[in-house]
Amino acid sequence: MFLRLEPRPQTSVLQVYLSPVLAIGLTLITGLIIFAALGKEPMTALYTYFVLPISDLEGWTELGVKATPLVLIGIGLSLGFRANVWNIGAEGQLTIGALAGGGIAIFNHQSESALLLPAMILAGILGGMAWAAIPAWLKTRFNANEILTSLMLSYVAVLLLSYLVHGPWRDPEGFNFPESRMFPDAGAMPILLDESRLHLGALFALLAVAGAWVVLSKAMIGFQLKVVGAAPAAARHVGFSQNRLVWFSLLAAGGLAGLAGVSEVAGPIGQLTPTISPGYGFTAIIVAFLGRLHPVGVLMAGLVMALTYLGGETAQIEIGLPKAVTGIFQGVLLFYLLACDVLTHYRIRLARSYAKSFEKTPAAGEPAAERSAAE
Amino acid sequence: MNGFDILAPAILTVITASTPLLFAATGELVTEKSGVLNLGLEGMMLVGAVIAFATASVTGSASLAIVAAAAAGAGMALLFAFLTLTLMANQVATGLALTIFGVGLSALIGADFVGYALKPLPQLDIPGLSQAPIIGPIVFGQDFLVYLSFAALIGVSWFLKRLRGGLILKAVGESHDSAHALGYSVIRIRYLATLFGGAMSGLAGAYLSLSYTPLWTEGMTAGRGWIALALVVFATWRPGRVLLGAYMFGGITILQLHAQGMGIEISSQFMAMLPYLATILVLVLISRDKTKIRLNAPACIGRMFRPAK
Repeated sequence: MFLRLEPRPQTSVLQVYLSPVLAIGLTLITGLIIFAALGKEPMTALYTYFVLPISDLEGWTELGVKATPLVLIGIGLSLGFRANVWNIGAEGQLTIGALAGGGIAIFNHQSESALLLPAMILAGILGGMAWAAIPAWLKTRFNANEILTSLMLSYVAVLLLSYLVHGPWRDPEGFNFPESRMFPDAGAMPILLDESRLHLGALFALLAVAGAWVVLSKAMIGFQLKVVGAAPAAARHVGFSQNRLVWFSLLAAGGLAGLAGVSEVAGPIGQLTPTISPGYGFTAIIVAFLGRLHPVGVLMAGLVMALTYLGGETAQIEIGLPKAVTGIFQGVLLFYLLACDVLTHYRIRLARSYAKSFEKTPAAGEPAAERSAAE
Repeated sequence: MNGFDILAPAILTVITASTPLLFAATGELVTEKSGVLNLGLEGMMLVGAVIAFATASVTGSASLAIVAAAAAGAGMALLFAFLTLTLMANQVATGLALTIFGVGLSALIGADFVGYALKPLPQLDIPGLSQAPIIGPIVFGQDFLVYLSFAALIGVSWFLKRLRGGLILKAVGESHDSAHALGYSVIRIRYLATLFGGAMSGLAGAYLSLSYTPLWTEGMTAGRGWIALALVVFATWRPGRVLLGAYMFGGITILQLHAQGMGIEISSQFMAMLPYLATILVLVLISRDKTKIRLNAPACIGRMFRPAK
C-alpha cells in the first residue's frame, strides 16, 4: 500500500489548529508505550509525568518559571521562522545575555542600587542581540548560512561561560567550585507570588507575546515577515528587503533570548554556573512550531513544553524515570506535529501501487505547500 | 628526539579526529546530491555512537557493533525520509527534530552504559609493513573504520562520476521534474540517498564511541554533525574537497591537544572553540561567492517533490 497525497484546493485552517492537538495526543500514546518499555506501569507513569507536577499551586508557579524562557525565546524565533530565517543559536544568545547581565551583578556585588537590576536586564538584552548580530552580519554580508553560524556560536558561547566561571569570574570564597559569587539582592528578579519562584521574567514573557502580536498584525515589518514566508516571489516583486528582515528577526530573537538568559540567572539560579539552561534555546524551536508561529500559540506551546521539563523532573524523583525521557518526548512531539501538518495541505488517500500513488491530481495549481519548502 | 617522533603521533591523532567527520560528510554529500537536506546528522551520529557502544558492550563483537550503528543511523534517516519525502514535511524543521530526538534517544539508551570502558578497536596489523619506520603505523596501523572511511569516499567519488546510478542521483538532485519525466523514481532514489547518509552518520558515531574515545558520554559528538554539514558546503559538493576539509578540521581539533604540550598558555576552553570558529570562517570564505555556491549546490536541494501529471 502506498500513501497518496491529494492537494487540498485551499490550506485547511481547521487543520492548522488541529495539528498541535493531534500531535500532543499521539505523543501521549507514544509515552504510554515508552513507559511500558521502560518497565513502568504506563498509566501511573503518565499521571506522574503530566498531571502530578501541576496538581497544586506550587506546580503551576514552577510551570510558569520553566515556561518563561521558553516563551521569550519561542516568540523571537517564531518571527524569524515566518520569513525562513533559521536562527537555531538561541542557546548561545541566552548564554551571552546571562553573561552580560551576570557580569554587571558580579562587578557590583556590593551594590544596593535600584538601578542594578534594570542595568543587568538591559545588558542581557544587548548581549543577546550582539551575539545574534554576528550570524545576521555574516548572512547579509557574506551569504553564510545562519543555521550553521548561529549554532556554532552557541558552542562558543557555552565555552566562554565555562571559561569565565572556571577562571576570572569564579567566586573567590567558593571553595574552587566553578561558580560565580551569588548576585546581590538588588540584582535579583522580584518574585511575583509569595513563596514561589515565579519572577518578573514571566511578565516580560507576556509582554513579549503582546509585543509580537502588535508587530505581526499592525507593523509594516511584521507584514513583510509574513509575506516573505507565504509568498517569496511576491515579496521580491514589491522589493521587500530580505536583508532587513534577516537583521530584524535575528536581533529580535537575540534580544529576547538574552532577556531569557539574564532572567534565569537573576531569577531561579541567582549566580553564574557552567550550565544555565537545560537546552531552552533548542526546545524553543519546538515551542515556535507547536505554537504555529503565532504569539498566543507560542504562549500555550511554551506551557506545554515547560510541562515536559517539569514532568521529567517529577518522574525522575517519583518513579525513577531517566531524565532523557524529556528529550524523547520533545523530539517525538515535533515529529508528530510535522507529520500532522501534512493534513493542512493534503488529504491522504491509500493507493495500491507506487505508480498509482501519483495518479489523479486535481488541477488546483500548486498548493500552499510550496510555502513551507526550505529555500 | 627527532622531528618524526613528534610528527608521527600528531598525524595519527589527525586521522582519528578526521575520520568521523569524513564519514558523516561523505554520507551527507550523497544525500544532498539527491536534493535532500538532512540537518539531523548530529542526532543520527549520537544514536549510531550509543548503539555501537551498547552492542559492543553486550555482545563483545566490534563488527556487530559497526553493523548495528550503520543500521541505527539508517533507521533514523528512514524516519526523516518518511516525514520529508512521503509526508512532505519541511526538511529544515524535520532535521532539527531528528537531532533533538537523537540527543534524547541516545541519552536514554546510554544511561546504563555511562562509566563503562571498551577495549579500543584493534588496529589492523599487517606483519612487516606496520613496523616500517614512520609511514608504517600511519598507513598500515589504523583500525578497520579508518580504512572504511577512505573506501567509502573513493567509492562515492567513483559512483558519482562514473556510474550510471550516480548520474541518475545527480539528475534527481539537479532537476527532479526532468528526472521524473524521464521515468526515474525520484522519491525512491531520494529515500536510498538519505538512508545511505544515515548509515554513514551511524558509522561516524560508531568510530567516536568505539575508537576515538571508547566510552559513552551524553552528547559526545559535540557538534561534529553540524561541522560535517558545513564541510559539505565548504567542499562545494565535491568528494575530493570533503576529504581535504575533514582532514583540515581534524588538524584544527588536535591543535588543542598539542598546544598545551608545546607550552602555550591558553585556556582549554579557548582552544576548544577553535573548530567552531574555524567552521564559521570557512563557511564565510566559501559562501562569499554566491555564484560559486549557486553553480555547485544541487539545484533542488531542500525542495519538495510532488509530481504533477
